[in-house]
Amino acid sequence: MEKKVKKEIVKDWWKYLLGIAIIIFHILPIYVLIVMSFKTKTDSSSLLSFPQKIYTGNYTKVFEAGTLLSAVKNTLIITVCVLLIEIAVGGLAAYPLARNKSKGNNLVKGVILGIMMIPSLSILVGVYSLLVSIHGISTLWGIILVSSAFGLPMTIYLFTNFISAIPVSLDEASAIDGCSVTQTFFSIILPQLKPVTVTIIILNGVGIWNEYAYSLYVLQKPKLYTLTLTISQYFSTGGKDVNGAAAAASIAIFPLIFAYIFLQKYFIQGTIDSAVKG
Amino acid sequence: MKKRYLRMNLFYIPALLLILSFVLGPLAEAFRISFTQWNGYSQDYKYIGFNNYIKLFSDTNFLLSFRNTIIYGFGSTFFQNILGLAYAVFLNSKFKGHSIVRTFIYMPIMISSLIMGYIIYFFVQYNHGIFNEIIGLFGMAPIDWMASGNRGVIIITLMNSWQYVGIAMVIYMAGLQNIPAMYLEAAEIDGATPWQRFRHITFPLLLPSISSAVVLNLIGGLKLYDVIVSLSGGGPGFSTHSLASYVSNQYFKAQNAGYSASVGIFTFLFIMAVSNIFTTYFNKKEVDM
Repeated sequence: MEKKVKKEIVKDWWKYLLGIAIIIFHILPIYVLIVMSFKTKTDSSSLLSFPQKIYTGNYTKVFEAGTLLSAVKNTLIITVCVLLIEIAVGGLAAYPLARNKSKGNNLVKGVILGIMMIPSLSILVGVYSLLVSIHGISTLWGIILVSSAFGLPMTIYLFTNFISAIPVSLDEASAIDGCSVTQTFFSIILPQLKPVTVTIIILNGVGIWNEYAYSLYVLQKPKLYTLTLTISQYFSTGGKDVNGAAAAASIAIFPLIFAYIFLQKYFIQGTIDSAVKG
Repeated sequence: MKKRYLRMNLFYIPALLLILSFVLGPLAEAFRISFTQWNGYSQDYKYIGFNNYIKLFSDTNFLLSFRNTIIYGFGSTFFQNILGLAYAVFLNSKFKGHSIVRTFIYMPIMISSLIMGYIIYFFVQYNHGIFNEIIGLFGMAPIDWMASGNRGVIIITLMNSWQYVGIAMVIYMAGLQNIPAMYLEAAEIDGATPWQRFRHITFPLLLPSISSAVVLNLIGGLKLYDVIVSLSGGGPGFSTHSLASYVSNQYFKAQNAGYSASVGIFTFLFIMAVSNIFTTYFNKKEVDM
């Protein structure tokens, strides 16, 4: 009996040790970034060592420069607008695609799901010349429309799966009660979409917040820069001030890490829902 | 009811308009431009037939980007699925605090891979880099990690695998939890070894998860772009470029929009083909099982 208990402890020790090793393996880069943001430029200690004295000057410098605050504002505007468009337009589109499975609609659904695979950069030339011709370069609405369009297929896919699982008899009952299609959608379907909407906000939100490739080409004026663009400025042209860059990057990653820690159940469930075929 | 269904179809018109104008329209436009020698800004250009596409096969930089893209895509998929499954099996053994470990494995996904590339640069830089510091402890001479293109490609692949392994992990955790414990118990009573149990029960029942994780990781790895910009800038030379970064390089740096468009169309067709082949393969396999 004693032997068995001992054996279990030994077994568990192995798991805890491995667990801690895995945590260190995955947290290390974030640790390095944060530690660096609290060191002075002249600190030549190891990148792994904890700062001997916490130096907050990098953060005050970043805030005084002001570019990061305007980047936060731009990123927030873009993220919120893209999410609103995707949810409104995608939610509406998913309703007929889930309910009316005619040949024409299956074709529409096929096309929409097919373009989910298109890597956005592969049609860069086409998107960029379109934006030039409609004067969308260096405008927030330009990047908002492009990002919304690229995110729509995934949004429609998730909404369609979710609506398909809502019993059609609810629609029929409301039709008999004299509700129009629009009324049925807004009063019967929409209120039930809350869980999938949370998934979409989380999945697409992370993607838009971190978007870089298209922002780089669409937003060419510094005052329109998003967080990723500003951070890349800090690291590339900002000279040798890597500690300042680290402070800026720490601020940029903070909102998502914070949201993730408190809402991780939704982040993880969202990943599973979007990956596993409905 | 039929009339209702027709009226309902009006609901997808805004979505179709957005997708037509910002995805399918540009796709058609990119396709058209891929047959020209347009430089990206001038008013006039002429059609040159399939010349851009023919040039692809003799352009060593393109072939290098293509090879790298295959390594990024398939290499990441390999590591993410092996490690993701290992993590999922480990965490499913339900020891106290297993969810904390899961939290940290998934966390890097929140960080833009552009920023992650800048952070990883602190590890691989020559002077004062963390890797060099660690190998220095063992008395080894410092290495200029990113100076070699091939080593750069491997580092980028490993970094991408490390950052996004959480996706495969959570898919496998969900898949493992859906396998009824009684199957495994019954097999154990019948004397099946752990490997036999995995091979004949867990693995076949996990196929839908494997299929989702593999296809998702493949598409992610084949599209790789941000981390290349921040970690290597495609260099040294063109040795770490992916197809995606080569597209933007040819358009904006080389001012060769027509050629860039043909690289883009190639990339698009390649990724479509790969994901279709894998999806069909897994669907067939799932039916067979």
